[in-house]
Parts: sequence; C-alpha cells; structure tokens
Amino acid sequence: MSALERAVIAGVYEHPTRWAPDKTQYQICAESARGALADAGLAIGDVDGFLTAGVGPIGIMTLAEHLNLKPRFHDGTNIGGSSFVAHVLHAAAAIAAGLCEVALIVYGSTASSDRFAVGTGGLTAGDVPDQFEVPFGPTVLNAYALCAQRHMHEFGTTSEQLAEIAVTTRRHAGLNPAAKFRDPITVDDVLASRVVSSPLHLLDCCIISDGGGAVVVTSAARARDLPRRPVRILGGAESLCHTAMGRRDLTDMAAKESGPRALAMAGVTHADVDLCMVYDSFTITVLMTLENLGFCAKGEGGAFVQGGRLGLGGALPLNTDGGGLSSNHPGMRGIFLVIEAVKQLRGECGERQVKDCEVALCHGTGGMLGLRHSGVTMVLGRG
Amino acid sequence: MTDKPKYAKPLPRIDQETKGFWEACQRHELYLQRCGACGQLRYYPRALCPNCLSDRIEWVRASGKGTVYTFTVTYQNQAPGFRDALPYVLAYVELAEGVRVLTNIVGCAPDQVRIGMPVEVEFEDATPSVTLPKFKPAA
Repeated sequence: MSALERAVIAGVYEHPTRWAPDKTQYQICAESARGALADAGLAIGDVDGFLTAGVGPIGIMTLAEHLNLKPRFHDGTNIGGSSFVAHVLHAAAAIAAGLCEVALIVYGSTASSDRFAVGTGGLTAGDVPDQFEVPFGPTVLNAYALCAQRHMHEFGTTSEQLAEIAVTTRRHAGLNPAAKFRDPITVDDVLASRVVSSPLHLLDCCIISDGGGAVVVTSAARARDLPRRPVRILGGAESLCHTAMGRRDLTDMAAKESGPRALAMAGVTHADVDLCMVYDSFTITVLMTLENLGFCAKGEGGAFVQGGRLGLGGALPLNTDGGGLSSNHPGMRGIFLVIEAVKQLRGECGERQVKDCEVALCHGTGGMLGLRHSGVTMVLGRG
Repeated sequence: MTDKPKYAKPLPRIDQETKGFWEACQRHELYLQRCGACGQLRYYPRALCPNCLSDRIEWVRASGKGTVYTFTVTYQNQAPGFRDALPYVLAYVELAEGVRVLTNIVGCAPDQVRIGMPVEVEFEDATPSVTLPKFKPAA
C-alpha cells in the first residue's frame, strides 16, 4: 500500500456557475471552499494545508489572506491545468508526512466573463525559451494542432475519429444539468465547424467558461469521524515533457511516464479502470493521452476512441461530466477531473453514473502539448 | 514614399545566452551549438550543455536545409501583429543536422505545405536589430 493511502479525499465541490460577471475569482474560490468543506463535514478553521494555482505567481498568499487562513503547509505549484491533480498528490504526501491534516485545494476563474482568449490569445515572451517560439505565433491551440497534424501523418488518424470524442463527451454533458453545452452534436457538426488551426475544428476545442471548484484531503484517521465515505488515493505520478534540445517526438506525452508509474503504485492494471477522467483541452489531447497512458498502442488511438468505447455503458467511460469540451473550462481544468471522479466513486452521479465504479483514473495535462507540458496521473479508489 | 508599417508581432527578448544565435541571423547565417565537451548538438542555444553541464560551446553553422516535421495553418490568433497576418503557418522544421526548430513556413500558399516537404531557411529582417529564421520551399 502506497503512503499516499494515509490520506483520503473527504470532500469535493464543483461551483455550478459557468458565467459569473457578478463575482470575482476570489469569491468563486471562497464559495468553492465553502462547498467542499461542507461536503467533507469540516469547518474552515480545520484547514491547516492550502493549495492553489492560477491566482498569480505568488497568489497563494493573497488567496490565503482572503480566506484568512494560516496554513502550516502550502503549495502553489503551477504546472498549468494539471496543477490541481498534482495538488491532491502533494496534499496526500504532506498529510502522510505529518505536515498538515486537513488540506484545502481551491480553484476559481472568471475567464469567460473577463473575455480572456485562453487558447488563441497569443503568447508573450518572458522566459528564455520563448524567444525561439513567440515570434512565430504559437498559441495554446496551435501548439496542440501541431501534434494532431503529426499524429495524423504518422498513424492515419482522421478528423472523424477526433470528432467522435467531442460527440461522446457532448452526449455526457446532456446528462449533466450544470454543463454549459448540452445539445447533442454529430461528427458532421464537428467537421462542419470552422477550422481554427488545422487540423483542429472549433468543436475539437474546449469551451471557455467561468467556474471553480475545491477538494478537501485529510488523513484516513480523521476521515473515520466524517460523514462521507472517503475516496482512496491509490497512486499517482508526475512528469514533464519539453522540446528536449530539439529532439521531441510530438506524439509522445508526459503521460507516457506518469501513467505506468501511477498504475503500478496503485497496484491496478488498465483493465481495472472503470472511469477515465482525462484533460480534454482538445480532442487530440484525449486521443494521445489514452495512447500514452497505455490504454491502447501508439497510433491505435483513432480506432480506440470509435465504436462507443468511451461512452457511458462502453468499456472505458470517459469524462462523464461532459469535460472541458462541453461542461466547463475556466482555463485550468484539472480540479474538475478529480471532482467528477470522486462523485462517480461515491455513486452520486444520477443519470450519468458509471455502474459499479470502483477505480477511476485522472490524468491532467498542463501547458502546451507541442511546446512543453506537464502530466499528472492519479488513480482513485472507492472507499 | 510611405512609411513601412511598424513591426507589431512579438520580438525575441535576446539575452546573454542567445545573442550569438541572433547576431548570426542578422548576418543571414543559421548557427547551432555543439557541446565542446560531450559533442551533443542542441537547439535552442544556451550557456551550459544539459547533457554534461559543460560550458564549452562550439558554434556550428547549419546548412539551413531541412524538412517540415509538422505544421498547422493558424486561422485565429488575437495577438497584435498576428491577427492582421492570418492565416499563417506555424511549423517544426527538422534541420538536416537533426534538431527540430519552431518557425514559420513562408514563400508558398498555406495549403501547399506538407509534412516531409523539403524547405530551406529564409531570413526575415523584422526590425533593424532582429532577423528571424523562417523557412520556404526548397529551390
């Protein structure tokens, strides 16, 4: 048993908003914290560990101030949208080491009402490597498109296969009352949507919304006195993938390293996974992640995602909340992967509930796939 | 005579580790670094070899020839400069020397670009002090 299992997820909350021009980012964070603590049966005064990202480089201090927290463990790791999956692992490690006992992980964003162009805003030259990239016009979106184009070239992956992912997750969104886009779409709808950066169409891209969420991690011992059935943290691993001195294989992802390590730590195989929550910034992200995690061989992702495998009732239900493609994407989506996995493992998902959900895998990808990105895999188990 | 419009796209923030590369670009020469200790070729340039942490640098002139490793025709970028230059082709070019370089493909219609297409460097004098290495279909 991994030392991570000394900690459990005791509470989660997904903020229902998708459009909050009347709220600040900090208010969404506070409301999310309130929701997750209530879910856990804990009070704000119990919190002695605090983790967040997306509130500025050292924003963890101002957000702690806003919530009047005095944490004895804090972690502002920002590795893009996967940060919050990493935060759960870091919180569990800190709890196992005795650095804190009740860790609060919080995220909030008003990207949509701020009209922030998450994917197509262009990048600014700040860090040393940027000078070799930014003058040529990378965006978040086209950095993923570079990988999609290469994947199609090497393996014959088609736009129809990518579209299948968007269609499946939209169907799931139809079962999630909070999802931003719930009307069904077809493969033809995806292919008919405008090309934003070839080969990716508009409906291959995640939406932009406001939103937030929070997760409470505590010790297994403390959780015994709490009302909710805890969710176990069976294993986890992190990795980074970058341009590697000019030798990057663009169909490789950080998931290739983190996936097998996380599964090995958890002591489970791919066949044991009942639910996959994969960061779906773009359809290609999902397809390549499934390959790199080892659910299918490299190059077989196109065929793998077809035929209903990823739908509810399929062999590997994926992103049952509708994902970033249809439910919500306020810029950094990792926390929602964890929240939906926890709700599924607790059997609270109503119409979109995965039957007998015992093992869920979350994989967050942060950053820009074709430039540099982080990957965090976490395996959760029913308590 | 009309004034040349001001260059609006982001420019490289050239620093101590990289100025040799950019100075060569101004002479319309493409240079890579090779580690003087372990021989590892690298792109982009930097002061220490990530392979062995040696700071012995050999500058190697690249042929300027390569092939398109991957590309994307970008139709949306709200950033200044780019929003007026749509669509454009962002690409990785694999140089004959073996390293992959992020760049633009110019000198042909975006829909003519293919993976594997032979290309050669085409220097764009963006401003009096910055020249960018872009690539065009090989002659």
